[in-house]
Amino acid sequence: MSQQKSSATFQIQHTQFLNPSGEAIAGPLPSWAKDGEVLIPLYRNMVQTRTFDAKAINLQRTGKLGTYASPLGQEAIGVGVASAMIDEDVMLPTYREYSAQLWRGVTMTELLLYWGGDERGSDFAVPRQDFPMCVPIATHTSHAVGVAYAMKLRKQKRIAVCFLGDGATSKGDFYESINAAGVWQLPILFVVANNQWAISVPRSRQTAAQTLAQKGIAAGIKCEQVDGNDIIAVRHVAQQAINDARGGGGPHLIEALTYRLSDHTTADDASRYRDKQEVEAQWQYDPVPRLRNYLIGLEAWSDEQEQSLLAECSASVDAAVREYSDTAAVAPQAMFDHLYEELPDVMAWQRQLAAASGGADE
Amino acid sequence: MSWPGNGSSQPPRVVRMSEITLVEAINMALAYEMQADDNVIVLGEDVGINGGVFRATAGLLQRFGEERVIDTPLAEALISGMAIGMAAQGLRPVAEIQFMGFIYPTLDQLVSHASRLRNRTRGRLTCPMVLRAPFGGGIRAPEHHSESTEAMFAHIPGLRVVIPSSPTRAYGLILAAIRNSDPVVFLEPKRIYRLIKQEVTDNGEALPLDVCFVLRPGTDITLVSWGAMIHETVKAADTLDEQGVSAEVIDVATLKPLEMGTILESVQRTGRCVIVHEAALSGGWGAEIAAQLSEHALLHLLAPVQRVTGYDTVMPFLKLEGYYMPSVERIVNTVHTALKFS
Repeated sequence: MSQQKSSATFQIQHTQFLNPSGEAIAGPLPSWAKDGEVLIPLYRNMVQTRTFDAKAINLQRTGKLGTYASPLGQEAIGVGVASAMIDEDVMLPTYREYSAQLWRGVTMTELLLYWGGDERGSDFAVPRQDFPMCVPIATHTSHAVGVAYAMKLRKQKRIAVCFLGDGATSKGDFYESINAAGVWQLPILFVVANNQWAISVPRSRQTAAQTLAQKGIAAGIKCEQVDGNDIIAVRHVAQQAINDARGGGGPHLIEALTYRLSDHTTADDASRYRDKQEVEAQWQYDPVPRLRNYLIGLEAWSDEQEQSLLAECSASVDAAVREYSDTAAVAPQAMFDHLYEELPDVMAWQRQLAAASGGADE
Repeated sequence: MSWPGNGSSQPPRVVRMSEITLVEAINMALAYEMQADDNVIVLGEDVGINGGVFRATAGLLQRFGEERVIDTPLAEALISGMAIGMAAQGLRPVAEIQFMGFIYPTLDQLVSHASRLRNRTRGRLTCPMVLRAPFGGGIRAPEHHSESTEAMFAHIPGLRVVIPSSPTRAYGLILAAIRNSDPVVFLEPKRIYRLIKQEVTDNGEALPLDVCFVLRPGTDITLVSWGAMIHETVKAADTLDEQGVSAEVIDVATLKPLEMGTILESVQRTGRCVIVHEAALSGGWGAEIAAQLSEHALLHLLAPVQRVTGYDTVMPFLKLEGYYMPSVERIVNTVHTALKFS
């Protein structure tokens, strides 16, 4: 008779503090969760991101921006995680984490330049070591491994934070990266913003796994799930994971559950592949009113503050749009300027040709 | 930091001179640069305790420790991607892909990230990494271990592609590649890893990138090649010399960016050119050289530019590889065709 035993068991923890109405359903809440001075900046960031988003879509529709990807519905994840980071950490975002980028000092003007088709949009003035948005899915997960390796090698108390989506967890790059992060016990946090849709393919068709978080189990790294529309929960689990990773506890993976309320990009029409009713039903979980209601419940937020915040956010977006529109165009030969540290001599004639096509006589 | 042994901030400079092989020259240069620069990191499959399947990293783990000589999990895309992350943080990773046959998972990272990180961030983040891989046929290796696909990499804007053809050039070029601030694909012709020995001085002197090397001067025809095929090309030049034909031999060394000045100057003198490479004919890097010759030296040409290359076939298994590889005889015959043209 064969002997059978269990070689491994696992469970995935899910964290949520607020219900969709913004009422605390679980406790105890983190100590900062009743502190308006902590919460209001998070709320401002989410509203700012959403104001920016609405404007960016308008700009795209009127031909003033290229194809643009909206973060609508998942703003809490970016800022929840970013607000648990320190400046010296390195963030590796995909193209839907503007709330995180704005928190870390990327400007709305830079975001507009990027989507407007200008490389200068990724030359961030503030988070100088943060990576630009990664477009080829999951390919930046291994960059995060390298960044975290460098930090550990140099015995720095910094960590790498890599954002990815649900679709990205189907890619080999993701598995290779979480696996390696586990082998070397690197100071790294992978945040899977599971918004349920990879363009037209739903979460159910990405994997038969019960959760995306549990993929971390196979890599031997700590992993958990969080309600990604509950900013208190996101910030709490991110803070714990980041503290642990910073202290030498090794890599973490957080699956943050959310929903893509927008089309994939402005070039997409999601009505072709998903039910309107499904999207409408998801609005009840919207992270922005959830935090607003919670703040009101704490008596930390008023209608007047709301009105003044909305006006302020609109004004900042307008200012960014003006700055974007007023940014002097780059000359065609700029495409040669950062190809190599120094342009090889053999390319000089090509640069001149490009310059001439822009009317410059070089 | 201070260096073990001498307590100073400068690494010890014990200059060694010895007759060594190409792979030993790579090893010596890696050791030199790891000693000189703490930021240099070696990573790859079996590069640590095993010292690399070709021994290119032998002894480095013992000398520099496992934090800087990293045995990675078996994952080529990871190796190239993490090198990018390390490089963006200011390290100088030298990543080994065990054979070119396994390099293709790295293409995504090379095309989408390594080659453009500097450009897309306007110089904010850079990618001073080297991706090394042995390549080429003629060592009776298993399937997938013999191809030459250097042109695929040379096509990518923002990359450098460098191929040494001797121990001295391997030493000097790999040092230059590591010190370069941009990504370099460094392809090592494994057929000549141990074919010849040369005296190489371990003085840390790099050779220039982005230039061709004239290996022997000649007046009747220009032979252009790189990597292992340099040896067949030089032998062909010897044979031609006995036949009274003076052939100039140029080692391209840096395929991308391609420095055409040396080749053009030579062909303008000789009027004839034969390009020799192991890789398949169509779209090989010889096609780029031939195109530039037709653009810039047409009126100097006394014969069409000829190419002696592998066939447009899948690289055959070892039983037929000898028929695939350009031979001295094929090179000599092609030279005579070019000489007879006009």
